[in-house]
Amino acid sequence: MADERPEFFESGHRACGGCGPALAGRLIMKAAGENTIVVASTGCMEVFSTPYPETAWKTPWIHSLFQNAAAVASGIESSIKMQGRDEKVVVIAGDGATFDIGVLCISGAFERGHDITYICYDNEAYMNTGIQRSGATPYDASTTTSPAGKNSTGNSRPKKDMPAILAAHGAPYVATASIAYPTDMMKKVEKAINTKGPCYLQVHAPCCTGWGFDGAKTMEIGKAAINSGLWVNFEMEEGTVTKVKKVKRVPVDDYLKSQKRFRHLFKPEPKTEEIAKIQAIADKNAEKYGTDIVPKN
Amino acid sequence: MLQIMEGSHAVAEAVKLSRPQVVSAYPITPQTHIVERLAEIVADGELDADYICVESEFSALSSCLGASAAGSRVYSATTSQGLAFMAEVVFNVAGMRLPIVMTIANRSLGAPLSIWNDQQDSLFLRDSGWMQLYAEDAQEAMDLHFIAYKAAENHEVLLPAFVCFDGFILTHTFEPVDIPKQEEIDAYLPAFNPYQRLDAKDPISFGMYATPDYYQEFRYEINAAMTRAKKVLREAGAEFGEMFGRDYSGLVEEYRLDDADTAIVAMGSVCGTIKDAVDEMRDDGKKVGLLKLRSFRPFPYEDVRTALAGVSNVAVLEKNINIGSRMLGAVGLEVKDAVYKNGTPVYSYVGGLGGRDIRRKDVKMITEWAETGRNDCFFGLREEVL
Repeated sequence: MADERPEFFESGHRACGGCGPALAGRLIMKAAGENTIVVASTGCMEVFSTPYPETAWKTPWIHSLFQNAAAVASGIESSIKMQGRDEKVVVIAGDGATFDIGVLCISGAFERGHDITYICYDNEAYMNTGIQRSGATPYDASTTTSPAGKNSTGNSRPKKDMPAILAAHGAPYVATASIAYPTDMMKKVEKAINTKGPCYLQVHAPCCTGWGFDGAKTMEIGKAAINSGLWVNFEMEEGTVTKVKKVKRVPVDDYLKSQKRFRHLFKPEPKTEEIAKIQAIADKNAEKYGTDIVPKN
Repeated sequence: MLQIMEGSHAVAEAVKLSRPQVVSAYPITPQTHIVERLAEIVADGELDADYICVESEFSALSSCLGASAAGSRVYSATTSQGLAFMAEVVFNVAGMRLPIVMTIANRSLGAPLSIWNDQQDSLFLRDSGWMQLYAEDAQEAMDLHFIAYKAAENHEVLLPAFVCFDGFILTHTFEPVDIPKQEEIDAYLPAFNPYQRLDAKDPISFGMYATPDYYQEFRYEINAAMTRAKKVLREAGAEFGEMFGRDYSGLVEEYRLDDADTAIVAMGSVCGTIKDAVDEMRDDGKKVGLLKLRSFRPFPYEDVRTALAGVSNVAVLEKNINIGSRMLGAVGLEVKDAVYKNGTPVYSYVGGLGGRDIRRKDVKMITEWAETGRNDCFFGLREEVL
């Protein structure tokens, strides 16, 4: 990596080859630096990085439970403030911990205005427990609890809009990023950490095992998600979208075809109605955020 | 100098004097007066603490966990449903060996919903790895907080502690209390000296997962620490007695037990009623006494065995029910184990659940039941509504 800053998330952990979240962890810590206290939720990253007595974390790190990372972070921030210390408190949690089981604690921490950065590595399902759907799972993705079948085309609900929920709490900085664009992602990590108050960053972190693609293609898949319009990289400051990654959008088909979780949409024959619904989600994203590069006349 | 004060406010004063840096709590009856008074104390600048108004009990203890791990002395208070809601964190705090002190304003657990007192809430977390101390009155509730912090933070222990006192009966009643001076408490309870803490200058990982190769040893060590806590609590109680004139060196307290044939065993505020009943029964020539348990975790087996060595019958007054067990109450099980080798009969008599009054005549009745060998049962049951 051209970025010469030191690593605080060490290699040698137990993630799958090509793991998006592992890369997210490395990039977050490179950007966050040594004066950081990491609060983890239960999940893939916690498990693959800290089997006692080994740890991949070179800064202080704490894990308590699945759903309470934001509350634990609140207490740490409160404590170090009272002690006159200046470490930055950064939560790193998966999408299940963030979108579903941890919402209460996150909402409380954001409403109270703690000076913390909450980063969700979003791999769009409960991967640690074996690929079950979460509130972050995209429409029609087949997971072990939303399997495609005779009467099912996969996950029946669209992805929850977590950034909007956190922005509605008055968070000064809310952003999305992708491990496929490391420089952009690290800038956003730094910005979130250096913005006073509770900030939220949602990082798209493709999971080769859960999504069903070759681990050598993690970056490619991440980029394809953005080019399809199914993932949008943006920044919101004080509730207003201030920056959006513009793309020359392509139809969602290629992105869907690249992953086993959407294979049922194409085999045995293409389910055109369903694909059209997913295309409509991408179109709506593009319209909402203005992602499309408009050709010059 | 004695001051007349509500029990909850006495506890708030004890917390103030213990100088926690972080207080995090969620309101629930009958704990509210403690946390309201503490909020005033912080707002008035009498305590330099960050008071986190959390959105749930689950976050109350979770934020305390974080603050304790970061190196602060912390405080919370709850009861009943709130304690049940935070149960997952309760186990976690003990597993991470964080010496948090939390007041439990003892209350029954629903359903049916009841805001009134019994001791089911703290007792259901018997195996969580928290020390459990029970107070008889406001003064003891106050004093046990200092002792709890001192024992919990001792590096031989490093376990959290509940200080339990009965909801409404103690939280909402006024009693005379002696409030120690700040400099005296500072001398008794020095600033928190964490064994480990989250610190960027000396990074460590907290709360890692353990494979079958390691997990069991963590549990073993928690239990070993709880066993060591008996000595540490006794010493902390004795030291408190030397400094403040109120001796808590015993994990149990005997009342007219010396020549007793029948012993009543109980915890908490009901011990006051029992003492009165014992006096009256003694006046009637009955040889009866009280063994009050101040510590339920660690359970002081040796002390209980010694104290009950000479008695013929033991009636355990239980403000909890051990549903599905032959022994009806959680306390009776422990007492029975403690005196097992003596062969003394031990009976659990369950009553006072959901705030039902326990009167002197109830105490006299269960004493007779024990004397006549009546098996475990409820007392004060309203047969007509069954």
